[in-house]
Amino acid sequence: MAGTLAEKVWDAHVVRRADGEPDLLYIDLHLLHEVTSPQAFEGLRLAGRHVRRPDLTLATEDHNVPTTPGPITDPVSKIQVDTLRRNCDEFGVRLYPMGDDDQGIVHVVGPQLGLTQPGMTVVCGDSHTSTHGAFGALAFGIGTSEVEHVLATQTLPLKPFRTMAVNVRGRVAPGVTAKDIILAVIAQIGTGGGQGYVIEYRGEAIEALSMEARMTVCNMSIEAGARAGMIAPDRITFDYLKGRPHAPQGADWDAAVAEWVTLRTDDGAVFDHEVDIDASELTPFVTWGTNPGQGLPLGEFVPDPESFADEGDRMAAENALAYMGLEPGTRLRDIKVDVVFVGSCTNGRIEDLRAAAAVVEGRRVADGVRMLVVPGSAKVRLQAEAEGLDGIFTEAGAEWRLAGCSMCLGMNPDTLAPGERSASTSNRNFEGRQGKGGRTHLVSPLVAAATAVRGTLSSPTDLHTDILQEV
Amino acid sequence: MDVFETHTGVGVPLRRSNIDTDQIIPAEYLKRVARTGFEDGLFAAWRKDESFVLNNPVYAAGSVLVAGPHFGTGSSREHAVWALMDYGFRVVISSRFADIFRGNSGKGGLLAAAASQDDVELIWKYLENNPGAQITVDLVSRTVTAGEIVAAFEIDDYTRWRLLEGLDDIDLTLRHDSEVAAFEATRPSHKPVTTLA
Repeated sequence: MAGTLAEKVWDAHVVRRADGEPDLLYIDLHLLHEVTSPQAFEGLRLAGRHVRRPDLTLATEDHNVPTTPGPITDPVSKIQVDTLRRNCDEFGVRLYPMGDDDQGIVHVVGPQLGLTQPGMTVVCGDSHTSTHGAFGALAFGIGTSEVEHVLATQTLPLKPFRTMAVNVRGRVAPGVTAKDIILAVIAQIGTGGGQGYVIEYRGEAIEALSMEARMTVCNMSIEAGARAGMIAPDRITFDYLKGRPHAPQGADWDAAVAEWVTLRTDDGAVFDHEVDIDASELTPFVTWGTNPGQGLPLGEFVPDPESFADEGDRMAAENALAYMGLEPGTRLRDIKVDVVFVGSCTNGRIEDLRAAAAVVEGRRVADGVRMLVVPGSAKVRLQAEAEGLDGIFTEAGAEWRLAGCSMCLGMNPDTLAPGERSASTSNRNFEGRQGKGGRTHLVSPLVAAATAVRGTLSSPTDLHTDILQEV
Repeated sequence: MDVFETHTGVGVPLRRSNIDTDQIIPAEYLKRVARTGFEDGLFAAWRKDESFVLNNPVYAAGSVLVAGPHFGTGSSREHAVWALMDYGFRVVISSRFADIFRGNSGKGGLLAAAASQDDVELIWKYLENNPGAQITVDLVSRTVTAGEIVAAFEIDDYTRWRLLEGLDDIDLTLRHDSEVAAFEATRPSHKPVTTLA
C-alpha cells in the first residue's frame, strides 16, 4: 500500500503492535537538556533503573547558560545545569557542557554532529525537537515522564499521528526566506491547525531550501500545533551529512543512502489533510500579536480586531494589541523596536548569521536599538568568527555572544525589560516569553538585521534596493 | 510502582469544585530538579488560610482526598500527582476528573476514583460529622466504605489492572523487553551512536 514519509518511518520503528494498545516505537536518538531531564533521572534512581542505551543518548547545556563569559550566577539555573552534569556522569550519558566546542542548543548540535539522519526517530523533552524532521526523521517533543520512559527502555508507547501535507508551490522571490514561509503557513492554518498531525512540507519551494533553511521550517511545526514536521531527504540532505562526525562512512554510507532514497511519500499515498501555499506570492512576514499565527506580510498594517469574523480570533487580537501596545491601522514598517535578537534553534545557524551580517555590513545599528547576536552552538560561533562575521556585527554596534537559547525564552540573563519591544528571529511571541512585559515580533534574520539598522520593522530592500544581490 | 488493592486511611473532605492543577501545585514549584518533596507545594495558596481543611491537625495523616467535581483541570503538569502523593494521598475521590490529570494519576500510582456526586456528598457529611475518620477504598470491588456508607466508584479496566499489578508505564514496556532486544538486533549498522571516540 502506498504510504507517506511519516508512515514509513513510523512503521520501520514499531517494536510491538497489539490490539487495544498503543504502538511501542523504538527511538534512535534521545537528546537531553538541563530543564526537562532532572526528574526523569531522579525517577530512574528511585526505581533502581538504568539508562538502556547511553550510546543513543546525548545531552547538552543550553536553556540556562549565560551568553557572556563567566559562570552561571542565577541559583536556579546553576542547580539545573549542575544536576544535568551529575546525572550524565552517574548514568554514563555523553554531555557537551558550557565551554565545550560541541556545546550549543540541542537542536543545532544534533544535526551539526551528523547525529540526525533520515528515517530516524528522534525525541527530546523540548517541543522544538520537530527541527530534526528537516532530514526526513520523525522527531517530536516529549514530557518528562516520557523522557524517563525512553531513558529506561529506548521506546515509547504511542498512538499513530495523523498526516498532513503542506504543499508550498512555486518559488519564493529573493529576500523571502524559510522563516517567512513557515510564518505564512502558521498564519494560514492557525496555531491549532496542526494538532495531532505530522506535517510533511513538500513542493518546489521546499525542495529548493538548504538544510539549514529546512530546519527553520520544521522547527516551527509545533507553533502550528503539530507533533512533528518532516521534509523528504534528497541530494541536499545527503551532501549536508556527508563527512560529518557521526555520519556513516564507507560501505555504511552507501547502505544508508540506499535506504534514505526510499524515504519519500509514495505516489498515490493519501494524507489525512492537505494545505496549499503559493510561494511566489510570499513577501517578508512578521508577527504583530502574541501567538505565532498572528502574522502578516511586512507591507501590511496592524489589523483591526473588528475585521476578524471569528469571535475567538477577535478577542485574541484585542488582547494581543493591548499587550503589544499597538493601534489598528499602524503600518507594520512604522513599528519601532528597542531590541533585535538574532539566534535560537529556529535561526541561530551559520547561514542565518551570514544573512544578518550581509545586511549590517558597513552599516550601523540605529541609535537606541540594542542588537544581540547569539550563535546556536559553539561550532557556529567558531565558524562565524573564522569568517569574520563577529567583527561585522560588533563594528555595526551589535553584541556578539556565546552560544545558547538566550533571549528566545529568557531563562538566562538575556531578557527584555517590561514594555520593551523586540524583533526576534526566535519562535514564540507569547506574552512574557522574552521577559516579563516584553513585546516580541517574530521575523527572519534578514528582517531582523534591516530592522536593527533602521530602528523600525524593515526588510533589507528598505535599506538599499539592490541589497539582495549582496546577501 | 506499589501494588494497590485496598487502602484504608483518613478521609479529607475538600468541598471545592474545579480544582485546577495550578491550585494543586503553583508554577513556582516547577523549577525544582527533584522528583520528590513536592508536598510543601500542595495547595500552597490555600494552605496560607488557617481555616483550610489540611491545616486542621485532625487531617494530618490524611490519605484519601474527597473533592468536588472537575478535579485536576488546567495545566498538564505531572507535578500535581507527585505533590498529592508526596503529601501522603493514595486516593482522590471526585465525581469527575480532568482527562490529563486522570491519565497522569494512573501513571503515577494515585487512584482517581470517580464516585457519583450524591455519594461524594454523603461521604463529605460523614467525614465532617466524624473528623479524622478512616475510610476504605477497595480497588478489587471498586467501592468506598465510610462508616455505614458503601459507595461504588468507576475506573477504567486498564488503569485498574495496572494499579492492581503495581505496573507503571516503564514496567509495562519492560515486560516486552525481549521484543525490544529482538528489534534492536535488526537495526542497520549505519545508524549513529553518540559515543563516538
